[in-house]
Amino acid sequence: MFAWAHAGTAFTASFLASLVEFVEALTIVLAVGSVRGWRSAFIGTGLGALFLAALVLFFDPALQRVPIGTLQVVIGILLLLFGMRWLRKAILRYAGVIGMHDEAAIYEKQTSKLAEVIPSRRTAIDKIALATSFKAVTIEGLEVVFIVIATGAAGRNIVPAVAGAALAGCLVILLGIAVHRPLTQVPENTLKFAVGIILSAFGVFWVGEGLHLGWPGSDLSLIGLAVVFLLVSLLAVRLARMSVRQTAL
Amino acid sequence: MNAIVTAIKEVYGLFVEDGSYAAGILIWLVFAIVVFAHVQRLGGFRAPILLAGLLALLVENVVRSARRLKANN
Repeated sequence: MFAWAHAGTAFTASFLASLVEFVEALTIVLAVGSVRGWRSAFIGTGLGALFLAALVLFFDPALQRVPIGTLQVVIGILLLLFGMRWLRKAILRYAGVIGMHDEAAIYEKQTSKLAEVIPSRRTAIDKIALATSFKAVTIEGLEVVFIVIATGAAGRNIVPAVAGAALAGCLVILLGIAVHRPLTQVPENTLKFAVGIILSAFGVFWVGEGLHLGWPGSDLSLIGLAVVFLLVSLLAVRLARMSVRQTAL
Repeated sequence: MNAIVTAIKEVYGLFVEDGSYAAGILIWLVFAIVVFAHVQRLGGFRAPILLAGLLALLVENVVRSARRLKANN
């Protein structure tokens, strides 16, 4: 049961985080394809995906050689930095302090920017289109790679983590093909809030495990940690709103 | 060279957005690791203390950032 709890959490964290990042990458790839042609956009996307797969294939076996205690502490610290950064931003968005992520606005901005540059007619490949889609996939995908490796490697659960990311990737590609425009209906900010909570819970859990602190309830404490992070984050949203109101007075 | 600098910036940006927040998390973790290794009396309270410190950092930073960002707007 504990193994399933770990695998399930790794799968869920990887799936949700990948969904958010792939939606963001899809927006830019769609902008590139619609303005500068699909061929170069697809080649850039494919090369980006290959690069990301190579990173996972390189790092996972390398991390398997690191002693589990050290790996858990190091990955836990990185997950805390990463997850609590997402969580902070999501809280500030919900509190109305910073603007919500808007895929439609990003799409408009990208298409007008790409349309300004005249394509080269000498080659069949549009270098700007290829580079833009490659960069979008690798930059957004870098976060996916980190989450897959972090949630997978520290608990020796790389297969469910990769499966979660792959499923999210397939889902986003299919939706992209179906609707042919940015996926503005995906609740990205809510997903980021959820992923921030899960990754922060994972991070503090791994640090505790690596230091042999002994969590009450052992592996199932992961769920309790996520609940505590959720409750404190909701409280933080309220406090941030109150703080903004006081500043405005 | 530019590509390497960009890659380093991207990787750094994965973990650090607000420098004081990231530094606070790191300092708390290092402090906790050192203290927990030397003070055995804390026993079963060590894990909840580790969590409480992180949650305090989160709430403090969110409230401070909210105040600062709104004041700048």
